[in-house]
Amino acid sequence: MARLAQLALSEDELDAFTSQLAAVLDHAADLEALNVDDVEPSTHPFPLKNILRIDEPGESFDIEEVFEVAPDIEESQFRVPPILGEA
Amino acid sequence: MNGWETVIGLEVHAELATKTKMFSSALNSFGGKPNSNTDPVSLGLPGSLPVLNEKAVELAIRVGLALNCEVQKSVFARKNYFYPDMPKAYQISQFDLPINKEGWLELSDGRRIGIERAHLEEDTGKITHVGGGGRIHEASYSLIDYNRSGVPLIEIVGAPELRGPDDARDYVSELRSILVTIGASDGKMEEGSLRVDCNVSVRRDGTEELGTRCEIKNINSLRSLGRAIEYEAKRQIEIIESGQTIEQQTRHWDEAEGRTHKLRSKEEAFDYRYFPEPDLVPVEPSEEWIKEIANSLPPLPRDRRHLLADSIGVEPTETSLIVQRDLDTFALQAISSNADKNRVLVHLENNLADGIGKLTPEAFASLTVMEMNGELTATQTKTVLADLVESGGDPQAVAKSHGFESMDNSELEKIVDRIILENSDDWLAFINGDDTERKKKSGFFVGLIMKETRGQADGKIVNQILSAKAEN
Amino acid sequence: MKATEIAEKVLSGEMSARSVVEQHIEIINNIESDVNAFNLVTAEQALIDADEIDSKIASGETLGPLAGVPISVKDNLCTRGVETTCSSKILEGWKPPYDATVIEKLKEAGAIIMGKTNLDEFAMGSSTENSAFGPTRNPHNLELVPGGSSGGSAAAVAAGFSPLALGSDTGGSIRQPAALCGVVGVKPTYGRVSRYGLVAFASSLDQIGPFANTVSDAALTLEVISGHDPRDSTSIPEKPLDISGVLNQGVEGMRIGVIEELSGKGLGGFSQDVVSRVEEAIKVFSNAGADVESASVPASIYGLSAYYVIAPAEASSNLARYDGIRFGPRTEAATTAETMTATRTKGFGDEVKRRIMLGTYALSAGYYDAYYGKSQRVRTLIMNDFAKAYEKFDILISPTSPTTAFPLGDKTADPMQMYLQDVCTIPSNLAGHPAMSVPFGSGEDGMPVGIQILAPAMAEREMFQAAKVLESESGKGIE
Repeated sequence: MARLAQLALSEDELDAFTSQLAAVLDHAADLEALNVDDVEPSTHPFPLKNILRIDEPGESFDIEEVFEVAPDIEESQFRVPPILGEA
Repeated sequence: MNGWETVIGLEVHAELATKTKMFSSALNSFGGKPNSNTDPVSLGLPGSLPVLNEKAVELAIRVGLALNCEVQKSVFARKNYFYPDMPKAYQISQFDLPINKEGWLELSDGRRIGIERAHLEEDTGKITHVGGGGRIHEASYSLIDYNRSGVPLIEIVGAPELRGPDDARDYVSELRSILVTIGASDGKMEEGSLRVDCNVSVRRDGTEELGTRCEIKNINSLRSLGRAIEYEAKRQIEIIESGQTIEQQTRHWDEAEGRTHKLRSKEEAFDYRYFPEPDLVPVEPSEEWIKEIANSLPPLPRDRRHLLADSIGVEPTETSLIVQRDLDTFALQAISSNADKNRVLVHLENNLADGIGKLTPEAFASLTVMEMNGELTATQTKTVLADLVESGGDPQAVAKSHGFESMDNSELEKIVDRIILENSDDWLAFINGDDTERKKKSGFFVGLIMKETRGQADGKIVNQILSAKAEN
Repeated sequence: MKATEIAEKVLSGEMSARSVVEQHIEIINNIESDVNAFNLVTAEQALIDADEIDSKIASGETLGPLAGVPISVKDNLCTRGVETTCSSKILEGWKPPYDATVIEKLKEAGAIIMGKTNLDEFAMGSSTENSAFGPTRNPHNLELVPGGSSGGSAAAVAAGFSPLALGSDTGGSIRQPAALCGVVGVKPTYGRVSRYGLVAFASSLDQIGPFANTVSDAALTLEVISGHDPRDSTSIPEKPLDISGVLNQGVEGMRIGVIEELSGKGLGGFSQDVVSRVEEAIKVFSNAGADVESASVPASIYGLSAYYVIAPAEASSNLARYDGIRFGPRTEAATTAETMTATRTKGFGDEVKRRIMLGTYALSAGYYDAYYGKSQRVRTLIMNDFAKAYEKFDILISPTSPTTAFPLGDKTADPMQMYLQDVCTIPSNLAGHPAMSVPFGSGEDGMPVGIQILAPAMAEREMFQAAKVLESESGKGIE
């Protein structure tokens, strides 16, 4: 789980987190008793749909402001250490 | 392939031809200074939110209809994984409810290949590996350009119903042709606006069950597609024949080395933790809109093949080359000017490969009639055709200018008789010889006659005359 | 001073915007070091903005409804060129290249931003103790928490640093600190206020809302920041709210329901002080002509469990982008993957890590249906139960928080203890309905108590009307 979340945890932290998570999940287990089979899941409170944008260019954006506060820029690109393996 | 069948399913990603990106109004444009077509949304900056591009939806529906899919209410989902070209560490895609599902694509030989789904998603940025020859494994660092991040993509998933490299290439060509025809994408594999991932498995002839498949990535041309499939099929067959089993994997095609190698196994595959995108709402295109789009679609390659084939009275597979060359409209025009249908087919395929130039449908039609009437020999027809393509004009006039008078059949017979007399030994050999001998002698006589008539005799007719005389 | 009063006086020229800002800066200078409401005080810019307002007034230009009024904004709202940290080390020093929509609207209205306020890191918490830059303290009693996650904003208003503040509310993060600090705090209908520029915690639950000393000030602020935004796909296609016009209509004939399940009788952990205040509030409404009865929203007791799956799940995805690649400080390592991990491990606090892990788990293969899938259905149940209740009632009420402000360090040992703080506020986030906290009396410890007023989706006007009545009886905000 930590790997999936791209987090490195020490042994102690892992132990602490595991028991804390277990407590929260126990609480979530309250839900187990509930029968919700006939109920649809809701992602949003309201049934909005078809919110679309016209295909026209918008305001121009100055990337320099982003570069100024970025960790490492080279040749107008974001520089990163070696990437091993592909997506 | 000697007792084995190769099974292929293709996943094709095409960049959609919109002005702006999928979820923001930054420009969707190729090339240009790195990170010049970005904004907070396509950089995934904190607080940014996606808003769906209407044109991308329209183009997706066009693709779906052109692939005979069902267009349905769809929902966006987050595909979560970490990779530096993915600014949000999730890609907004479609999972449970794609905009298009269950369609088909017809290959040029008439076979239909199932299309499982065609859905919308956003593209990632581009990584350049610096040092180590630009290859990922030896690079000393990398640079990321997010110009491409957020460009609208349509992912088209085909059923595993293709049976070999030819099928695969045909499928991709046909798909590309459709996408370009309907204006959804410019479909350029070399530029990356069309990308193909290939799922390959093998099974013994006669088996129903599908074998374990491997996914091959990094295929950049039709040629690579064919080569990769051949290599992979062979690799898998060797493994099975040596008593081992295929491990489900994702593999990388190495064009230079001509082989695939393993990227990751199924166990190492990411758990994408798909869930519905809470920042977007469902898309439910109205019946009216879908109908409007359907009515605006131009004739597709398949429709054109069928139309021309029906007009001529042949199978659609025979007209595919002409449609590919965009010469079907011309052919139909010639046919409606009373051209000889079969000659139209033959000439367009064989003698007009470089295009029709100044040739008009009416001129072409006339020419084929002249040819079929025997007014011109096959060779003469070709010459006149070439002239018409080059400079236009009228076939009668062009033929006359070459001095191509049609040769009278009775005149021709006289010449044939004379040559037979002059070569009586050979003639006896011709009448009495076996098939091989006859063939040799017939060639001999035709050659002499053609020489005598200075090529003006029609080879077909000469052969007819020789056969008739031989029988008497 | 009230915001409405300041706006009037600045517009009429009776007060200069500069003097208003100077007064507030002085208050900040006096007690901010004790309270720690701000991550960043932008005094210099505030004075510049004030001068601009003053010169516009002098030249007779039309100004917005908040001209010259100081406001503090939660540090998870993007302010262009001004450090926005979400009280996390992972964004320390980061300056957004754009303003959140609400910030744009505030500026257009002439409001003057005094600074970025402290919060629980990435809005995860109920006490502001999870901030990477130290906790904020309750101005009424510095040993106690101000509540969270918008503790800094609530404290800023309570301490007099600015008459208005903006916070964000995902599970109660505006209302609960409002109750604990004795100020008004409002969570609008989901989609009422644009989330563009709000650093996301849980996208389907987050909403931005105002803090103020009075109900009418809160109404005015909500009017300014509300309205459809094409940059937010979940933004309701409605015009900005108009509440001020109907604010004083009273509650005659209104059907008000007291939510049984959240009254403290069923659930444990509610202080008697809080329960008593609710009973008094009921009397106020009855006397004012409302019909007050017991109401039932049965599924609301499951709100906490569903929330603590849905919110971390969405958060685990929303926070995946913090990797040191494009923005924020980077902890560089040998490879990109290691850099991402190192940056995140170093940059995130424990509560954030906890929730990311929980959320990742809830979404993972094999567990999705049992956790996330199920919670989304429970959400529907809650929405349905509210809908049924709103057939019988116009407004619902409950305590905002089970207790008054608690001491710092009291609940940090056990996360569950902290999560229980949100039991009354969470259901309306899940349902997407508006809700607000109005200060009403205090506990035996002298600390403020807040009453929560809930309304159906889009019914902010009725909600504010009820709030106005309650406020006028608790001795504050009399026009």
